[in-house]
Amino acid sequence: MEAVKQGSAAIGLRSTSHVVLATVNKTSSELSSHQKKVFKIDDHIGVAIAGLTADGRVLSRYMRNECINHSFVYENPLPVGRLVVRLADKAQVCTQRSWKRPYGVGLLVSGMDELGAHLYYNCPSGNYFEYQAFAIGSRSQAAKTYLERRFESYDKYSGEELIKDALFAIKETLQGEVLTSKVCTVAIVGVGEPFHIVDQKKIQEMIDAMEVTGEAVAEDEQGDDYSTRGATSMES
Amino acid sequence: MQNLMGSPMEMELERTLYPYVTGSSVLAIKYKYGILMAADTGGSYGSTLRFKDIQRIKTIGKHSLLGAGGEISDFQEILKYLDELIVYDNMWDDGNSLGPKELHNYLARVMYDRRNKFNPLWNSLVLAGIKNGEKYLGVVTMLGVHYKDNYVATGFGNYLAVPILRKEWRDDLSIEEAMKILEKCMRILLYRDRSSINKYQIAEITDIEATIFSPYSLKTFWGFSAFKEPAKSAEGSW
Repeated sequence: MEAVKQGSAAIGLRSTSHVVLATVNKTSSELSSHQKKVFKIDDHIGVAIAGLTADGRVLSRYMRNECINHSFVYENPLPVGRLVVRLADKAQVCTQRSWKRPYGVGLLVSGMDELGAHLYYNCPSGNYFEYQAFAIGSRSQAAKTYLERRFESYDKYSGEELIKDALFAIKETLQGEVLTSKVCTVAIVGVGEPFHIVDQKKIQEMIDAMEVTGEAVAEDEQGDDYSTRGATSMES
Repeated sequence: MQNLMGSPMEMELERTLYPYVTGSSVLAIKYKYGILMAADTGGSYGSTLRFKDIQRIKTIGKHSLLGAGGEISDFQEILKYLDELIVYDNMWDDGNSLGPKELHNYLARVMYDRRNKFNPLWNSLVLAGIKNGEKYLGVVTMLGVHYKDNYVATGFGNYLAVPILRKEWRDDLSIEEAMKILEKCMRILLYRDRSSINKYQIAEITDIEATIFSPYSLKTFWGFSAFKEPAKSAEGSW
């Protein structure tokens, strides 16, 4: 659980037709590339991880295997709820064997199936919950606060609107650092839209549009809450 | 000591070499609101018509019907393991359920795998179902060949019934029209397939429910001139 809190932030939001994942790209130095935190599991499922990336990769491989095995036998995509339970059971085993250690990674699982759009959070403890919107990783509280105020209207949002809100939430976690498309990764899955990572150029366009119009709006909204809570977000 | 995948737990390998008690054709046709399936209730023991009350169509879960021709004991085995599959599916209790498409593909995988091990389940299966308003009708053979269509038949039905179905099937048949077409096919099979009997079960599946009706018989007419003088067209010594 601590490992998850130390990893860089990942957030997820859901409407009835789309699910969006967004992560902050942390680089160990200016020279290196950033760690991959968003994985496509199947056409209809993707995950964002926070914590020990290596553990995340292993679990992603497990999830991809489960999905493809199910598709092969049943020629239908694996329902997201069932994948999440299998993942949780796998994590639970590590909490009950003395010679194992828990997977040090939290996963935000986003997916579409017959029953609609889903966003789940899988803990290292083996617990999982379904969310309308959630944030994990370092400085995720800032994002969570932002989402808490906005989530009630998410059901009707289109994919674009969800992405915009996700970028705002990412901005919260950056706490003053400049938001550019290099710093974050955004992925979306929805009705008729297989899971894919949104193009960097498009993200930069949306960020630029945000700077112009959104900042003023966001500032107004945050004015009341932030002064009382003492959490800093945008220092303009 | 066997499981559905045909590998016994002990060393000695037993294989299916030939079928013993067999069912004859199965017919199925999509109509406007669902799918109708028909099969006779006979089980032949070689050339003897040994059993006259075998139900060869069963409901699977909430959404599907499975009809089988071929070895009856293999059909019973398939039903037992499909039952287990459905039970586990229900145990998830999460709103998801196995639909006809999933079952069709699952059966195709099993049949093909058994064929590869040279230990086939000696059946021709017809899988019919509806889920969320979408009708599904498919066939799986003992070789693992599988396909779906608007109307299907197994065994002799492939040769005798399918041409009739091909000519008469339409997208929006009412249930009465579909029944008439099926009965026409069943009657031809009764005349010409020696392993068929005059006792049929029709099963219907719609979005609301699946029903298997009680067995009934067709009226037959044997007064055709060809039947009265069967040797008429067999003149000569060769």
